[in-house]
This record gives sequence, structure tokens and C-alpha cells, in this order.
Amino acid sequence: MTSAAGETPGNDDALRASRRQLILESAGIAVSAMGFGFVYGLAARDAGFSPVEVLAMSVIVFAGAAQFAAVGYVAGGLAWPGILLLTALLNARHLLYSAALAPLLRDRPFLERAVMAHLLTDEAFALAMAHFRRLGWTDTWGYWVAAIGATFIPWNIATMAGVLVGGSIPEPNRFGIDVIFPAAMVGLAVGLISGRREIVAAVVGAGIGVAVALVAGPAIGIIAGGLVGPAVGLAIPSSRAPERAPLGTRASARGYAMPGGLRDEGEPAERPAAPGDPGSPE
Amino acid sequence: MSTQLVLLAVLMFLVTYPSRALGLLAPAMDRLPRRALDYLQLVGPAILAALAAVNVMVVATDAGPRFHVGLEWIAVGACLAIVAWRRNLFLGLIAAVAIAIAGRAAGL
Repeated sequence: MTSAAGETPGNDDALRASRRQLILESAGIAVSAMGFGFVYGLAARDAGFSPVEVLAMSVIVFAGAAQFAAVGYVAGGLAWPGILLLTALLNARHLLYSAALAPLLRDRPFLERAVMAHLLTDEAFALAMAHFRRLGWTDTWGYWVAAIGATFIPWNIATMAGVLVGGSIPEPNRFGIDVIFPAAMVGLAVGLISGRREIVAAVVGAGIGVAVALVAGPAIGIIAGGLVGPAVGLAIPSSRAPERAPLGTRASARGYAMPGGLRDEGEPAERPAAPGDPGSPE
Repeated sequence: MSTQLVLLAVLMFLVTYPSRALGLLAPAMDRLPRRALDYLQLVGPAILAALAAVNVMVVATDAGPRFHVGLEWIAVGACLAIVAWRRNLFLGLIAAVAIAIAGRAAGL
């Protein structure tokens, strides 16, 4: 466990409460990863990928949307340079995640951060970031749970299941598997929202993403939404103390506080809500 | 058993890893100005919302991307509402899948 931004780790109750929340959220994401991974394995199998090739994609690339797109590209006969260009474009959003996590993980050894980077996905970022924010400091155990427990293992098991046994399941969309990914993404976005700046960034990001995707394609749309949304969100004045506090500090984390968590030293376990507290009227 | 695409996987890794690693491994990232850090704090909600919206509202056709309205909106909207209300992603996902199954069984 490490601290961030000069903060010292909080009390054990806060840590336990946040880890419980993380595990609950990770269970939901693991289900999502399994559903999405299963469909990916199925699609790859139908496109002529062998089990070894599917497993190589899932372990080495480990980027669901790009893997899905690659299945379509390979099936459509697109040349490899084109596939690589589109893959780089589709995964460029990870640069923003990586930069957002950097201040929180700066105390970790270089090699550990290098491994963390390979496991950085939409889901791992959102789960870990929400956990760090709830705590107000960096609990790296949470990153590994999010990256490996909630995504890497379920994703790889499910892709293999999809490629090996998926052929016996007719019309998987009848079982709602196609809505799991967008539902998980929107749920993770909600988990990262603690004030109106984030709401504006999310709404604008979605709107710009769809508008640009209709003109220039989904990969460009997603990146455009991810770049423009935060810029517009920044233009909104922050109204609450947690929004004004630097990322990674205890004050910032209060925007994500849960009952029983994030108490100051010497503060009673339960106390009446006071003006300015999370959840109290402004 | 074919292994030709294993090389493609390695090449895809080589174009994906830099964007994942640059921020975490570049030494200057933790000395960014406050405004830049504020911006990065908003990246997660914006990209995740864009991913969800594009996935649900845009479909690829032979004529190019097309705006789509369908049952998926209700399923994903229900998940959003439940997560916002109960802070429980698992419940939200179950609701989304249940709505999709029920809607499709009803021919929607």
C-alpha cells in the first residue's frame, strides 16, 4: 500500500469498506468481462481464428474493443498495416487513463508500473480509480484486483469458452450478451462521477462521441468524446470542496465517501451530517 | 491448428502498449500542472460515457455508421439509473440483461 500526494493511509475501517465496495463492483465487471469475452471467442471462432490465436490475442493484446474490431478486419481481409493503425487509434484512449493514474502510482517500482500498464483497461482504470478516490490514497492491492481478478482472468477464460463451446449456442444476443459491455461502461462512468464537472464531461463526451462516430467512425468518435468532454467539464466552476481538492488527496476522496469510511483520526464512527459533507444539502 | 495470427497479436501489442505505458512510465507525468491533472480527472467519465453511447447509438452498415434507436437504450438506461440510485453495478448489469432478454422474447 502506498500513499499519494503526501497523504498517509487512512483507518482500517475505511480501507475495509472501500475494498468491500471494490470487490462488489469487480464481481459485476467480471460478469461483464465473461459475457463480452464469450461473445468475442464466438466471433473469432466464426471468423476462422484457431483457439491458440484467440488465446494469444486475449493474453498479449488484452484489449476487448480492439480485439473485436480485429476479428472484423481479419474476416474482411484488411491488410495488417491497416489493422495495426486502427488498433493504435482505438487504444489511444489508454494514454489518458495512464496519465490520470500516474500521479497516484508514482511511488511504485518501474517494473511493477510496466506490468500494470499492460493490464490497464477501461474496467481496471475505472474500478481502481474509484477505489483510490474513495480512500484518498493509493491501495495497489485494489489495482491488481481490478486488473487481474475482475478483467484479465474472466476475460481469458470466457474467450476460450467462447471459441471452444460457443458454436452450440444459437443467437447469443437473445440472451442479452450484447448489452453487457455498454451497460458496464455506463455503470463504471457513474462510479467515477462525484460532481457536476464529471457529469458535464460524461454527457458532452457521449454526445461528441456519437456525433463524430457517425461522421468519422466509432474509434475516432470515442477518442474525440474523451478529449472534448473533459475540456468542457473543466469550464464548469467546481462548486464542492471535493471537486476543488487535488486528485488523490483525502479531501478529493470525500466526494466518493461511503458510510463508515473516510473518517479523520479521532473522529467518531458515526456523526450527524453537516453542511458540506458528501450527501448533505449544499 | 493455425498460429499465423499470433504474430498479428504481437504486433497489436506493440502498437497498444505505448499508449498504456507512456503515462505510467514517463517521469514528468507526476509534475503536470494542476489544470492538466483536473483535465485528466475528467477523462474517465468522458471516455466511458462515449464508449457506451457509441456502442448503443451507432451501428456499422455497408453505407457507413448509422444512428440507431432500439431496446439497448432502455437496457443501458436502466443500468445507469440503478447504478446511480443504488451504487451497485452488479444489479445494474442484471437489470440490463433481463430487459434485453424480455424485450427480445417479446419481439422488440
